[in-house]
Amino acid sequence: MNLGTIMRTGLVAAGLLASAATGALAQGAPPIKVGILHSLSGTMAISETTLKDVMLMLIEEQNKKGGVLGRKLEAVVVDPASNWPLFAEKARELLQKDKVAAVFGCWTSVSRKSVLPVFEELNGILFYPVQYEGEESSRNVFYTGAAPNQQAIPAVDYLMANEKVQRWVLAGTDYVYPRTTNKILEAYLKSKGVAQEDILINYTPFGHSDWQSIVADIKKFGSAGKKTAVVSTINGDANVPFYKELGNQGIKAKDIPVVAFSVGEEELAGIDTKPLIGHLAAWNYFQSVKDPTNEAFIKTWQTFTKNPKRVTNDPMEAHVIGFNMWIEAVKKAGTTDSDAVIDAMIGVSVPNLTGGYSAMLPNHHITKPVLIGEIQGNGQFDVVSQTNGLVLGDEWSDYLPDSKDLISDWRKPMNCGNFNVATGKCGGKGK
Amino acid sequence: MFLLRSLAVLCSALASLTIAVTALAADLQSLVTNLTAGSFGDRETAIGALATSGDARAAPILEALGAGQLYIRTSDKLVVIGKPSGNQVALTEAVSGKAAGTVAESELERVRVNNRLRGIIEAAVGSLTLMSPDARVRRGAADSLFKRPEPAALAPLDAAIAGEKDARVKQAFAEARAAVVLASDATVQQKIEAIGIVRDRGDREALSVLQGAANNAKEPEVKAAAVAAAETVRQTLAAWEAAQNVWYGISLGSVLLLAAIGLAITFGTMGVINMAHGEMVMLGAYTTFVVQEIIRTSAPHLFDTSLLIALPLAFLVAGGVGILIERGIIRFLYGRPLDTLLATWGLSLVLQQAVRSIFGSSNREVGAPSWMSGAFQVGQINVTYGRLWIVIFSLVVFAALILLLRKTSLGLYMRAVTQNRPMASAVGIRTPRVDALTFGLGSGIAGLAGVALSQIDNVSPNLGQGYIIDSFMVVVFGGVGNLFGTLIGALTLGVVNKFLEPYAGAVLGKILVLVFIILFIQRRPRGLFALKGRSVE
Repeated sequence: MNLGTIMRTGLVAAGLLASAATGALAQGAPPIKVGILHSLSGTMAISETTLKDVMLMLIEEQNKKGGVLGRKLEAVVVDPASNWPLFAEKARELLQKDKVAAVFGCWTSVSRKSVLPVFEELNGILFYPVQYEGEESSRNVFYTGAAPNQQAIPAVDYLMANEKVQRWVLAGTDYVYPRTTNKILEAYLKSKGVAQEDILINYTPFGHSDWQSIVADIKKFGSAGKKTAVVSTINGDANVPFYKELGNQGIKAKDIPVVAFSVGEEELAGIDTKPLIGHLAAWNYFQSVKDPTNEAFIKTWQTFTKNPKRVTNDPMEAHVIGFNMWIEAVKKAGTTDSDAVIDAMIGVSVPNLTGGYSAMLPNHHITKPVLIGEIQGNGQFDVVSQTNGLVLGDEWSDYLPDSKDLISDWRKPMNCGNFNVATGKCGGKGK
Repeated sequence: MFLLRSLAVLCSALASLTIAVTALAADLQSLVTNLTAGSFGDRETAIGALATSGDARAAPILEALGAGQLYIRTSDKLVVIGKPSGNQVALTEAVSGKAAGTVAESELERVRVNNRLRGIIEAAVGSLTLMSPDARVRRGAADSLFKRPEPAALAPLDAAIAGEKDARVKQAFAEARAAVVLASDATVQQKIEAIGIVRDRGDREALSVLQGAANNAKEPEVKAAAVAAAETVRQTLAAWEAAQNVWYGISLGSVLLLAAIGLAITFGTMGVINMAHGEMVMLGAYTTFVVQEIIRTSAPHLFDTSLLIALPLAFLVAGGVGILIERGIIRFLYGRPLDTLLATWGLSLVLQQAVRSIFGSSNREVGAPSWMSGAFQVGQINVTYGRLWIVIFSLVVFAALILLLRKTSLGLYMRAVTQNRPMASAVGIRTPRVDALTFGLGSGIAGLAGVALSQIDNVSPNLGQGYIIDSFMVVVFGGVGNLFGTLIGALTLGVVNKFLEPYAGAVLGKILVLVFIILFIQRRPRGLFALKGRSVE
């Protein structure tokens, strides 16, 4: 037993004692309500149900430690059923009827856009855990997923440097996240000297299942004598048939690697990954990361779900970070009042699950390490590259003409989500 | 790190003092140790060193490294090759080739490789296995050299060509040699000859090599020859592409046919607007999953037959649920299409959520049996076995259904009831029973479609939703009540879709198909093959 473990055991023991002490206190005070706004039915249930479970687990764990401010936490779970207008309705219900202190929720960008006015109107707090396209900053939202510069751009850099890729296929599902990300990537690639004819952009509908001709197109594009890679922003369900078709048509990772931004451990659970070995994904967390915090988290998760094979993924880590940040901010503010907590959030730093710390920035995004992983035969990822240090989330991309002059800073006195440094005014282009 | 490497050097230095055989082994030992240490860049050097060592044992070690089967045993840092055996890993010592027992994977540390290294290993193994006694291995070696030509491979290739007897392998060697020549500093004449050989190969890889030569060639004559050759290859490939699109279209059409054929019975002949049809497909897919799960745990040797076992079960499960739905809900709603639509739509949500509660919301893995994996080439068309079997299967199901309707008494009753219910009833056919059986048959066929679709799509609660619109489209387009219309409709839509996709993109292609159908239905409201005669009300 080394010093670290002794200290950790000591801390746990102290925590237990404290919880026993505060447990008695907490009896009287009403619990603090925490809203969980994730789809439990419909198309997005496949991804979002897990996040609901991880929130329930975090709240349970926190209650074992005695809750916060001497009060227990109580989860309020609603089901917006993958229906975007319903997200707004349910958000209103959580904030007005249940009076929750904070909401953890949403997956797709369109659901976030749909609840945004509600949170701004009722001054609520939303923690959004998924990697997204950026180009947004709201005082009431904390973005704990990756901004494009924390996922897409490092992935492209990796392929350029390590696999000497010169030709790029940007393949995505046809909606706002892939379209914006691809716009940023296209501008970035061009700034790196990639010619227009070396970029192929392809969009497919949601749930696309017949990939034969698109994969054949990729193969054709890849036979121009230059190393080719696919950058995939293909969403959710469409990935399984896509990867199956890649395997069927014999596209190996060493010929044309595919780097994906929406494929994690959870998505791979439905595929035989043997033909996919070597294809890549860029995230800020992988289950395979060897770190004591991560191992402890996986163990708690598998015990909580009573499934020793249950996998963990990146958005789950984002919720872990977001939840712990919120707890810290509430402790710092001494209250769950929105304005006080929003101000207290900035600068809060908590351990992430990959052995470092993540801090909340003034633009309501967080610092994250960027990991590139290769798919293994067992459905897990092997980390092949990791950024030196943490990457700061950049909400307004520097590569888009509309947003390159914008910054966001929610500290006083600026207190502005879209400050235009060129004109010196708050309220530039964009939202 | 430095310590380790100096230790390795010391090792080999010491070993060279002893007798020759041990010297070789120790040398290999140090080379292998280098493989497992350092950054990916260091390993690249180590792979090169091992590949050029000329040791016969280098190839299996490199192959294991490429396949992720090279491990370091945590207990004694021994480098071993591990082959999975059950839940454990069977070990052989990498250097000596001696068996080293079986351990759990947690006691081993895998030597990591990335994509780049995998490519380098493949090329290295390629030049090491040129002399392999197995013709397939030799051809594989030639292919990997063709894709990654290394000038150093020229001498081994020349030696291999001289000793080769198999004509096809010899051809592959010659092509690989041509690619290597193009990548080396050969004379202009040699390079132009090489371009000719690569051009005659005429496939995508050849085009890739020629394009590379055209981009990188320094001599203008070589560049011109490469550009011209690439153009020739591109033209031949363009002609094949049209054929390839037809095949993709047929393949997509067969999937549509499978999904729609059950609906052609429930909607087409019975007139029930069954929005839960997609969920019958999903039930079939989940039946396949359950069958495979049972086989995986209790009888792994039966895995290749899992789909055959799943077929009748999926038919029974989906058909049974179909009969329950007909008896429980639909029979009260005959003649009220709007109510049927709403009731079955609600039912589809109930079934989805039920499956989600039982199996969880994430995708389930359904494996492909070996006879459905892989692909073969017809000319330049890449045909995957999975798709081929689905085309065959959909046609077999279609033929069986036609036979059932035309040649059996049940089929006769079905036709009688759907064409003239009062008269059928008057001659003594128990129409309610026939209704239930017809609906069960339609649902059962949807279950069969689910078994096939589990091979190409997600097995998730949403599986059916993706097919319901397409199925209705096919049935309406083909002509309600006409099975041949469904066949032709499915294949037409498949081929049209695949021809539009490369030009218009997948999203616009789908929209165009929809617009085309709307216009078509405007002109021919009864679809491609309208039913004529008295049965039309």
